[in-house]
Amino acid sequence: MTQKLVIIGAGMASGRVIEHLLDADPNAYDITLFNAEPRGNYNRIMLSPVLSGEKTYEEIVTHSDDWYAQNGVTCRFGEHVVNIDREMKVVEGENGHVPYDKLIIATGSAPFIIPVPGHDLPNVISYRDLDDTNAMIEAAGKGSKAVVIGGGLLGLEAAAGLKERGMNVTVLHLMGHLMERQLDEAAGYLLRKDLEARGITVKTQAATKAILGEGRAEAVLLESGETLGADLVVMAVGIRPETRLATDAHLDVARGIEVNAQMQTSDPDIYAVGECVEFDGHLFGLVAPLYDQAKVLADSLLGQPSAFVVKELATKLKVTGCDLFSAGDFAGGETREDIVFRDPSRGIYKRLVIEEDRLIGAVMYGDTADGSWFFGLIKDGTDIEEMRETLIFGPAFQGGASADPLSAVAALPPEAEICGCNGVCKGQITSAIEGGATDLGAIRAKTKASASCGTCTGLVEQLLSVTLGDEYAAPQAQPICGCTSHTHEDVRRLIKSQELKSQAAVWQELGWTTPNGCHSCRPAVNYYLLADWPLEYQDDPQSRFVNERKHANIQKDGTFSVVPRMWGGITTPEELRAIADAADRYNVPTVKVTGGQRIDLLGVRGEDLPAIWSDLNGAGLVSGHAYSKGLRTVKTCVGTDHCRFGTQDSTGLGIKLEKHLWGSWTPHKLKLAVSGCPRNCAEATCKDIGVICVDSGYEIHVGGAAGMEIKGTEVLCKVETEEDAIKVISAMTQIYRENAKYLDRIYKWLAKVGLDWVKTQIVDDLENRKALAERFALSQSVYRKDPWAEHAQNQTVRAQYAPLANLTLEAAE
Amino acid sequence: MNWIDIGPIDSIPLYGARVIKTPVGCVALFRTGQDEVFAADDRCPHKGGPLSEGIVHGQSVTCPLHNWVFDLNIGEAQGADEGRISTYPVRVEAGRLLIDGNAIGKRSAA
Ligand SMILES: Cc1cc2nc3c(=O)[nH]c(=O)nc-3n(C[C@H](O)[C@H](O)[C@H](O)COP(=O)(O)OP(=O)(O)OC[C@H]3O[C@@H](n4cnc5c(N)ncnc54)[C@H](O)[C@@H]3O)c2cc1C
Ligand code: HEM
Ligand code: SF4
Ligand code: FES
Repeated sequence: MTQKLVIIGAGMASGRVIEHLLDADPNAYDITLFNAEPRGNYNRIMLSPVLSGEKTYEEIVTHSDDWYAQNGVTCRFGEHVVNIDREMKVVEGENGHVPYDKLIIATGSAPFIIPVPGHDLPNVISYRDLDDTNAMIEAAGKGSKAVVIGGGLLGLEAAAGLKERGMNVTVLHLMGHLMERQLDEAAGYLLRKDLEARGITVKTQAATKAILGEGRAEAVLLESGETLGADLVVMAVGIRPETRLATDAHLDVARGIEVNAQMQTSDPDIYAVGECVEFDGHLFGLVAPLYDQAKVLADSLLGQPSAFVVKELATKLKVTGCDLFSAGDFAGGETREDIVFRDPSRGIYKRLVIEEDRLIGAVMYGDTADGSWFFGLIKDGTDIEEMRETLIFGPAFQGGASADPLSAVAALPPEAEICGCNGVCKGQITSAIEGGATDLGAIRAKTKASASCGTCTGLVEQLLSVTLGDEYAAPQAQPICGCTSHTHEDVRRLIKSQELKSQAAVWQELGWTTPNGCHSCRPAVNYYLLADWPLEYQDDPQSRFVNERKHANIQKDGTFSVVPRMWGGITTPEELRAIADAADRYNVPTVKVTGGQRIDLLGVRGEDLPAIWSDLNGAGLVSGHAYSKGLRTVKTCVGTDHCRFGTQDSTGLGIKLEKHLWGSWTPHKLKLAVSGCPRNCAEATCKDIGVICVDSGYEIHVGGAAGMEIKGTEVLCKVETEEDAIKVISAMTQIYRENAKYLDRIYKWLAKVGLDWVKTQIVDDLENRKALAERFALSQSVYRKDPWAEHAQNQTVRAQYAPLANLTLEAAE
Repeated sequence: MNWIDIGPIDSIPLYGARVIKTPVGCVALFRTGQDEVFAADDRCPHKGGPLSEGIVHGQSVTCPLHNWVFDLNIGEAQGADEGRISTYPVRVEAGRLLIDGNAIGKRSAA
């Protein structure tokens, strides 16, 4: 007698099982097929083209009503199965019971919903089936703003589809880069760039706090406090195997329904297939393994030996124009080796991970033509030792050219500015080279490029080698570190001319050879970005040395020192009392007067920092930035207020300067002093910037040093008013911020560019002085703030000063 | 193994680290740019620098005191420097950080 086979779920996995069964033996089973959706099987992975309008639903149907009828499959579509009675071997549907001999559970998975307030509002939609897709299409017709929560495969396909439908789309992603499970950071950056180029806004590290709205979602509130207006919210944050029926029937269920290699559950008459299963600890979210499972399951039902094995998977994103590929395991590791190839000019990134002469993972963006070849090498475990050198160039290339370190410069458009001082663009330089200027001197003479401050010399030399090829032997300049062949100066200029505004952009566009830099380049690149793009770039604390991340100086025993600001060296009894109280309360072992006219509390425990800062903030004291590559102190003498020799109010000017400059980040530390007369009690002539007051005004000095090297200042200029003194000093600080190499003090930088050049920029050229001072003010609008107050008041940041957990305490037994 | 839940993965900043106190001393949990998590001693074998305060890059951390670089997979100092830190099994499951209690000297909670 024909056996009764009941299948729960008419999805992609069970569809394949039915096809295999009918192919092998159409009369083996009498099949009843339940589906909660009011329709049969369709190609779920093609929902995205339906959403974007490239395809219609009819085009993606895989099994039509006619097909089921012709093959004698009894369909119970639009009917939920509510229970499985294993005792009686009966499946209970909403509209009646059906007995089975064999049962297949193929219920797929359910979208994961983050239980934030408002998640159940009607226009908050997940992305799983045709109804969701239609709901999104309808919403796109009505509203204009969509917020997609989740920057994985599904979320991005939803975002691209909604954008095609004319909505303004923002993607919120919790992690640092998009599709972090399939892509590394560099590929994630390129993907983001492509999505942004088509008008989609991407916010990473964005945690959703709530969905706001009365009766329907109107906005999404982030943990950061930002709110985004929304007419439609799509939640695509992951899926969870749909196991409820199996759990209720007391089958073995872990994260998914547990099956053996024959796809049998813990009940030998019940099988499971698709996204609802767990096999050997693995869950499944792509169709390729489900098709393998379907074949095995059909064989098992027909009594044929067969076993399912887990294979490597490859991912592609179905968004036109975003060409990405990821396969295998691409985390680095002790015995693993990375091969990275970047072609900034074409937006290409490829990374191969090799272990014991086998390729085990690949991530590619921009050019994925060789993806299937690499995937084959991964699956087959091919020994690649012979072709290791040229592997990354793919199957077509076994010659051995190397990645071109000059491609960043080659990629610049002719109108890109190379020499900022003289406004010379790439096109002018290349035509000069073609016109016979074949060395640096000739180019300087002809175009003035690199003839002023000289920081673009490296780029001009690279242009010479790009244009002249082997005919030009460039002198070797020191690259920043092993991650790149570019010098600091090159990177600074390229950040400006290519408008690179994130670290991932710098790594990709300038061809970094490591995935995310090292302790040498990361702080430098972070500084360059924040100095050049104060509004667009967000300072990255994780790319800073510990002192600047914790806003305190680490001591050799791992404790910290706390130095509050005393403006111009002036303090009050209240401030001194607050400092004394804090020293008592936190058992500060050492209290010292510093060389910068203020008080240092040494030996504070890391965990106490936020609390001691709060206390000091309470008395109006703020961070003295004694730890930073930024403004430290402005020392003053008593000046006209008390001293019989004083010519100007040196204390007053010092306080004004300190209030104007504090909080700014500079390439290295910046110390100032103001002396009230040439007797110079504030020692202004060995400071980075010093002011000597004289009867007729203010002498501004620059480039002093009193550290390992001792150097007196040189006079930059003399001005008549305090106001002008502050303007010149702002401009001086800004020109140093914009041009110097990271970790060069002013005197070192001056030795390279020359005081004369600085004079032409800020003494002679008043327009430029004004523009520099304005850019400084703009940057200060972001950075002139007390980091102590920020850290002490932000609970999340504050928590990071304490241990994450204490496991030394034994639980009571 | 005896997996102990430490908290959500976002309690460690990306490219950052947090310390947990354990019977074997302070252990630093590092989170890389690729969202992998590693656990290792917080104390640098050179002069005791707190590694959790270092810069995390690739799968390495640089000590904040004198720039020794440690591979977090094996705990070995890189380049010319010689020394190693102990590493401990950690994993991330459903966004939670789990550390092997046996390895850090905790008796099983049974
Ligand atoms: C938008 C989108 C794009 C995708 N893109 C890709 C891609 O590019 N590549 C790729 O490999 N994979 C992709 N996937 C994943 C792929 O679609 C799934 O892996 C696959 O569909 C899973 O098949 P399944 O048969 O296990 O489950 P499903 O296809 O989900 O079928 C399960 C069916 O069971 C029904 N059901 C559940 N519970 C019950 C019940 N109690 N009673 C009756 N019926 C029930 C459900 O209604 C559903 O119709 C995508 C998925 C989506 C949503
Ligand atoms: C007639 C000459 C001088 C007079 C009247 C004079 C007066 C003063 C006064 C009033 C102060 C205290 C300033 C303050 O609190 O900020 C001071 C400090 C100081 N003076 Fe002079 N000074 C003279 C010459 C010099 C000279 C020639 C030098 C160095 C070569 C010098 C170096 C200093 C220094 C280093 C301090 C700071 C001391 C400290 O902070 O401990 N002074 N002087
Ligand atoms: S620098 Fe001149 S004005 Fe200032 S304290 Fe010294 S002597 Fe007086
Ligand atoms: S203490 Fe770590 S490098 Fe010196």
